[in-house]
Amino acid sequence: MEKEWSTGTPRLWARIPVPLAFCPGCQHGTAIRALCEVIDDLGIEDNTVLIVGIGCSAMAFILTNVDSMMVAHGRPCDVASAMKRILGKDTIIITWQGDGDSIAIGCEPTIHAAARGEKITTFMLNNSNFGTTGGQLAPTTIMGQVTTTTPYGRNHDHGYPIEASEFLGNLRGVAYSARGAFTSPANYQKTKKYMKRALEKQIDGVGYSFVEILTTCPSNWHLSPKESLRRIEEELIPQFPLGEFKNVDKIE
Amino acid sequence: MTERILMQGNEAVGWGALAADCRAFFGYPITPQNEIIEWFAREFPNRGRVFIQSASETGSINMLHGGAATGVRAITSTSSPGWALMQEGMSNLANAELPCVIVLVQRGWNTTRHAQTDYTSVTQGGGYGGYKTIVLAPKSGQEIYDFVQIAFYLADKYRNPVIVLSDAILGQMMESVELRTLDFEPLPEKDWAIRGKASRKDKSKRMSSIAQGMVPTPKYPNLCSFWRHYSEKVNTIKENEARYEAYQVDDAELILVAFGYVARVSKEALLRARKKGLKLGMIRPITLWPFPERIIKEKALQGARFLVIEDNMGQMIEDVKLAAQGHTEVYLISSMERHLPIEEGAIYPEKVLEIIEKLI
Ligand SMILES: Cc1ncc(C[n+]2csc(CCOP(=O)(O)OP(=O)(O)O)c2C)c(N)n1
Ligand code: SF4
Repeated sequence: MEKEWSTGTPRLWARIPVPLAFCPGCQHGTAIRALCEVIDDLGIEDNTVLIVGIGCSAMAFILTNVDSMMVAHGRPCDVASAMKRILGKDTIIITWQGDGDSIAIGCEPTIHAAARGEKITTFMLNNSNFGTTGGQLAPTTIMGQVTTTTPYGRNHDHGYPIEASEFLGNLRGVAYSARGAFTSPANYQKTKKYMKRALEKQIDGVGYSFVEILTTCPSNWHLSPKESLRRIEEELIPQFPLGEFKNVDKIE
Repeated sequence: MTERILMQGNEAVGWGALAADCRAFFGYPITPQNEIIEWFAREFPNRGRVFIQSASETGSINMLHGGAATGVRAITSTSSPGWALMQEGMSNLANAELPCVIVLVQRGWNTTRHAQTDYTSVTQGGGYGGYKTIVLAPKSGQEIYDFVQIAFYLADKYRNPVIVLSDAILGQMMESVELRTLDFEPLPEKDWAIRGKASRKDKSKRMSSIAQGMVPTPKYPNLCSFWRHYSEKVNTIKENEARYEAYQVDDAELILVAFGYVARVSKEALLRARKKGLKLGMIRPITLWPFPERIIKEKALQGARFLVIEDNMGQMIEDVKLAAQGHTEVYLISSMERHLPIEEGAIYPEKVLEIIEKLI
């Protein structure tokens, strides 16, 4: 059954032929809403292309009313780079990715798109595990965190989490890098501001822009939605501080 | 009169792509196809076209995915180990039904020596899912140039990737090529292209997915409906696109079957054999998939025997045997019969003729 669904304030809507597949308390939906609001604010709905990889985050493929593509797990930045070069500066190209998609399997495409200074924008939803496949270790899993492939907690044998926003901020081709979260209305607004700024960098043709968003995964964290929010504040933010890590108007 | 210039087989890829109005190239260096990527780096940006050197072949094939999705003609090239890395992307492009061209300049397994060791991989499909791709096998610089144009036409016609299968000898050889632009039937509008809603009058959303059949669409409400559509497409291609060149097969007792550079070698052996009065013919498959099985079967039923000559350990022979359906004998000349039993060696007419004389 196809039904029309609306996010309310943003004008963006989608026809959803399948039931919404997010677990209760998952913030991927919140993130998509924020994205829709930002696209609305900037008035770029008609010339935006959204590229998703594989993961729970990929639901944005059908939940936004912009041209969209679902491509291989980890490869959105390669696909996006080619599309931007062909379609030119007036088309806004967004990759919408999980942390696994963006910085585990997608590490090479992400780093090299950033290093080439591709005029594209990546939004990386960091829920500190692989949601879709059942909560395994991700490059963003924090020390001590229990996942299905770190059943005794992540320890030194598993290596250390990648701080993607800080790391990418160090690359010369990057115009903007920031990390946000949706733990409070204030944080929601701040994160939206980061998202908007990242897209403005693309619109201005400065370089690659990246926003990491800390999101909940209650199902795999085995926490209630409320406890999940607390976990982000108490455990994730100390490890992944919020804020802007790079913001330049010109790349020398 | 059209211009004729001396060029390397690898450079013919670039000129052919230009004639086909290709707009984007993505690639990663690997011998023996480096001249292709260097040609595009030199000739594309100054013509306002896109060139990106990717960070790997998984990068090239996924950039090709993005390029094809915009609806412009896009191409990549590689050699055998890079081809292996592209397999995931091949599956995705086929599932998403995105037309594009991939040029594979084979090397000998993983050496920089020449050979034809990727036949099975290209004709059977090395990725997941059971897709099919048309494979065109040129034998000269001129054919590389022409086949790149044909490949783009067929890719657009069927919304499927098409492979042009070259090899180190063809790629590195210098030949005179006529820069002719081929004419084709008109193609349908690419109204599926992903370019942002502003690009179409009704501002409706377009979606492109590597998982057709998963998210229900009016066209494909489930996986089986997509499979049905895809297998119908494969059958149409099999029915209509098998191409080959037949030479002196009418009275032939023994028919040589060879592709690529080996086809030229084999033709020379055939000419020498005919001079000696031996009744020899030749079938050169131009499409390796779909394989020209009808003509093979027809000749097998008429009593001709087959000698497959390929510079590998025996791959195309399987297709010839399958087509002959046990009606006749099928023999093989493989890399083991190189004129010089060294890695730089090649299959030469003398050796082919020697074996023909033993068989006939
Ligand atoms: C090549 C390949 N390897 C593995 C998978 C299986 N897979 C699907 S989603 C996923 C991880 C998703 O995690 P993440 O990107 O963090 O996104 P989330 O589901 O948490 O939103 C994996 C490993 C796949 N689809 N393709
Ligand atoms: S598994 Fe986690 S990320 Fe996926 S929908 Fe459920 S809560 Fe969200």
